[in-house]
Amino acid sequence: MQSDVKIKPETNPKGLHVPNVKKPKWWIYHLLVGTFAVLMLYPVIWLLMSSFKPSETIFVTAQSLIPDPWIFSNYGKGWEGIGGNTFGVFIKNTVVLVIFTMIGQVISSAVIAFGFARLTFFGKGFWFALMMVTLMLPYEVVMIPQYIIFAKLGWLDSIKPIAIPAYFGHPFFIFLLVQFIKTIPRELDEAATIDGCGTFKIFYKIILPLIKPALATAAIFSFYWTWDNLLGPVLYLNSPDKYTVSMALNMFLSNETVSNWGAMFAMSIVTLIPVFVVFFLFQRHVVEGISTSGLKG
Amino acid sequence: MSTRALKQNVTGYLFISPFIIGFLAFTFIPILASLYFSFTKYNMFGDPQWIGLQNYEKMFNGDPRYWQSLKVTLLYVIAGVPLRLGFALMVAMILNTASRAVGLYRSLFYLPSLIGGSVAVAIMWRNIFGDEGIINLLLVFLGIPDVRWFGDPTAALWMLIFLSVWQFGSSMLIFLAGLKSIPVTYYEAASVDGANYFQKFSKITLPMLTPVILFNTIMQTIAAFMTFVPAFIISKGTGGPLDGTLLYSLYLFIQGFEFFNMGYASAMAWIMLIIVGILTALIFFSSKFWVHYESEGGK
Repeated sequence: MQSDVKIKPETNPKGLHVPNVKKPKWWIYHLLVGTFAVLMLYPVIWLLMSSFKPSETIFVTAQSLIPDPWIFSNYGKGWEGIGGNTFGVFIKNTVVLVIFTMIGQVISSAVIAFGFARLTFFGKGFWFALMMVTLMLPYEVVMIPQYIIFAKLGWLDSIKPIAIPAYFGHPFFIFLLVQFIKTIPRELDEAATIDGCGTFKIFYKIILPLIKPALATAAIFSFYWTWDNLLGPVLYLNSPDKYTVSMALNMFLSNETVSNWGAMFAMSIVTLIPVFVVFFLFQRHVVEGISTSGLKG
Repeated sequence: MSTRALKQNVTGYLFISPFIIGFLAFTFIPILASLYFSFTKYNMFGDPQWIGLQNYEKMFNGDPRYWQSLKVTLLYVIAGVPLRLGFALMVAMILNTASRAVGLYRSLFYLPSLIGGSVAVAIMWRNIFGDEGIINLLLVFLGIPDVRWFGDPTAALWMLIFLSVWQFGSSMLIFLAGLKSIPVTYYEAASVDGANYFQKFSKITLPMLTPVILFNTIMQTIAAFMTFVPAFIISKGTGGPLDGTLLYSLYLFIQGFEFFNMGYASAMAWIMLIIVGILTALIFFSSKFWVHYESEGGK
């Protein structure tokens, strides 16, 4: 039962639902939500502040956020790293891994997504369904045989077992890109065909430039997942000079003597900085990517 | 087949060939191999020895740690997923207003989830729950006896559950998108009929959101079942105290890569696959009774 009566003409144009109950005063709303936000972020702030405290006082003064005195030597100590490798080495290793993985996942997923979204061929429904099933497959089921295969290939202690599978598409990104390509009018393809473009040219010249926003979203998530990945490096990397930042932190933790908390917190912050920077630069892509595709995160 | 159709098929397969090759090499063959290994004793050094169902028998009859890991994981999933989703929905509803600051809040609430998978966060969590950590200081301040989070297996598991609840951000964003897709006219019509806030919530918001709730529940359940990093870091790879945080994935990892019981770990992986499959199927089947799709008409 629809009604023509406009209850609230000022209901905003985006179609957001503004409950028609008496709205609480705006400042109460912001006070409560703001406090909750601070509470949510408190652990991260605590970590940041602790990284500026002398190691021996971190837990004695755990309740106060402001370091007294402020010290910066934790960053220097942490940067010295472990096993003769500075933290710079671990960062370099991680960046190399992230770049190789990201390129592979984005390009291959785009090619595959174009095939699923635009081309007609026998068995398409079957392969697409199969891809959606692999989305839900626990990694643990393939972990051991994959390890054995990569061991037989002699790929252990290199980034190959982590980076090379990325070149065969990532189900999440394929799905995301398929959805995105479907929103592009087919008339564009048809016009291009009339102009004499082949399928590959349509993909390369028409679709690829138009799906840049979705490619960016995929690239950003690829960055996050590879940057944070711990299981892959733990399984496949053995020599400390090849460690990623996640593994380095894990090593810190297992080596930790009580006196060195500050250094570990400092390096924890260092590993989080790129994550925050990427988020603040590409916030819209991140948030929309999750809202529309349901990416985990 | 006409040449044109043939050409179309060839082009189609050419484009999706990376997926097919990758699927065969990194998923299909490994799954079959995993099934085979699950019937063998294999430590990577010799050849796999066929031992039939012994791995599965040992799991069910001769390995208390296996049962412990299953119990801990089920508790983690059953307590963690609803708490996390409830929290996510609540915050999404609070943020579903036309305020300008919502974008900022949305980002702030999403941040913990963004960094959630990292080792840094697990380390931080480990420390704020430490014996002298901020949580205990707070409890003492409130006059509640402090908890030895690392001494008590149940407390340690709850610490992991709190961590997963803290990372409610991605579900929240999906709920927010779902809330925004509910037509405003529904609420307007209900207001004309004199419906109050709670009636609107239970008659409009909740039913309209059920497809999103279903999606979130399935994805979060699968993800929770596979949780590894926080348990690995917080317990320093042991699953302690007293196997209180021995999540299934962690125990599988320990069996496979610490004890090199590749056959046993493969059998564990297969049981995990079956459990995840059954859980997903159950959620799907139950959805018939609680998920409303607009196209079905009805109220």
